[in-house]
Amino acid sequence: MATHHLSRKWWLPASLVVLVAAVALGAMIGPAGGISSANWQIVWNIRLPRVALAGVVGSMLSLAGASYQGVFRNPLVDPYLLGAAAGAGLGASLVFVYARSGTSGWPVDPLPLAAFLGALAAVFVTYTVGASFGGSSLSLVLAGVAVAALATAVQQFLLLRHSDVIKEVYSWISGRVNTATWSDVKLVLPYVVISGAVLLVHRRHLDVLRVGDEEASTLGSEVRRIRLVVVIAATLGTAAVVSVSGLIGFVGIMVPHLVRLVAGSSYRLVLPLSIVVGAAFLILADIPGRVLQHGGETPIGVVTALVGAPMFIFVLRSRRTAV
Amino acid sequence: MSSLGFECVNVRYGTQEALYAFTDQVKPGEWLCLIGPNGAGKSSALRAVAGIVPHRGIITVDGAPLFERSPRRRAALVAYVPQTPLMPDDMTGGEYVLLGRNPYISYFGSETKHDRALVADVLDRLDLGAFTHRRLGTLSGGERQRLVIARAVAQEAPILLLDEPTSALDIGHQQQALELVDRLRREHGLTVVSAMHDLTLAGLYADRLALLHQGHVVASGDAAHVLRPETLSEFYGVSVSVHHEPDGTVVVVPRRSSL
Repeated sequence: MATHHLSRKWWLPASLVVLVAAVALGAMIGPAGGISSANWQIVWNIRLPRVALAGVVGSMLSLAGASYQGVFRNPLVDPYLLGAAAGAGLGASLVFVYARSGTSGWPVDPLPLAAFLGALAAVFVTYTVGASFGGSSLSLVLAGVAVAALATAVQQFLLLRHSDVIKEVYSWISGRVNTATWSDVKLVLPYVVISGAVLLVHRRHLDVLRVGDEEASTLGSEVRRIRLVVVIAATLGTAAVVSVSGLIGFVGIMVPHLVRLVAGSSYRLVLPLSIVVGAAFLILADIPGRVLQHGGETPIGVVTALVGAPMFIFVLRSRRTAV
Repeated sequence: MSSLGFECVNVRYGTQEALYAFTDQVKPGEWLCLIGPNGAGKSSALRAVAGIVPHRGIITVDGAPLFERSPRRRAALVAYVPQTPLMPDDMTGGEYVLLGRNPYISYFGSETKHDRALVADVLDRLDLGAFTHRRLGTLSGGERQRLVIARAVAQEAPILLLDEPTSALDIGHQQQALELVDRLRREHGLTVVSAMHDLTLAGLYADRLALLHQGHVVASGDAAHVLRPETLSEFYGVSVSVHHEPDGTVVVVPRRSSL
């Protein structure tokens, strides 16, 4: 199995080609037809922002997922592990229930803000609770399970008492990029750039952590500090994209596995490739939703799971992936 | 060459005292082997030096307390070969040994040409060059064990800790691994502390043995002094006969009590 090492320098250029093709497809396909001078406005103001947002969201979720899998040495982990999704969902539900009517005049839209803060708050609680049990990766994961369950329970309680907003909330949870504007892209981009830069800096450290916390520390790594920095960076980026796109599932698990399948599991390659492949995957996943249902949109979160789950099973069948 | 000192070192897990008032001075270039029944505290002593279990008391390298060192500096002084190393199946031999350079790479840095050349040299000298691009999951137990030792060598630490380095190996690979450690010790002037179960091998390779029992040192000295039938019977609860070969080798053979 040494073949992928001979060709590893080709994977990044190859994935960039796929990404460019995905962007081109994303710009050309839609209910209004291909690119012409007549619909240039549609391409620039409707299709390209959603292509850009899908790309940014896909990159961030894939990169955060790969980084989480690295610091927790667990291939089944996604960026929502420590409660980010449940926290964002609760934050968004609170806005739908209590603040949807009277806030149209607000200078900032409270929905992304509440989702962002909800995700950060949930992960903060998880980390604090987990650290009080000793801060091992297992205690953090267990604390994450508890915090997610708690946030979800509160959210369900709220929604049962305000069933009029359930449809809106579920539509938000399913994820969307179809309403994207350039200002959404500008809103999340700074967080994603900072988070991505911090995570990429840690790709060598993630390779050291592959031998376990104890051995990594005998090799001179400050395991807890690395884990904390990576979790903070990945959570910040995840919370930012979740706040504008809702909870798009499965990308953060599937893309890193796909990358490992073709390029091996060194994080030096897995992290940069996840950025590119994640962007391409979500841009492509956004396309069928535009044309599948006539006169409506299939939420992108539904498409990623519908396409992603069978692909994931295929990936797992074709190879026992190691992290 | 560096010395390793233990001054009244205690390790406890919860309320369980695993190592009690361990005091020893390992001379530069010496090979000390810790022996004793399961749970005697051998691994705890090594893990305390490696910095992965909390301990009381002071551990010094060349007289300077180790706890004052940063993790990176400690890793440049002490290399640790765990009993069951975690070796990712997907990692190549070259990538694995390169991890030994971690203490010398700054937080934001990456490996230099020097690091890569040094790793290539270590792999060559240990006859492991063929495994540079092989994935760890495809290697045998003996090959993997040599790669773990190679990683420790690449760490360039003057003190080498080995926790049961041969327990998973057949007799040929046991000898091969220990010969390798002995050769490296002479070439690099390493100070070695190991924990071992095979008493004959322990006596054969180490300069000095320390017999631990329930966290206490009960005997310390050369093989002929520590490996006595009455001592072993008292602390291991076994019946053995001990033979002294003309070349000084001490051979411990278990006996069936019914015979």
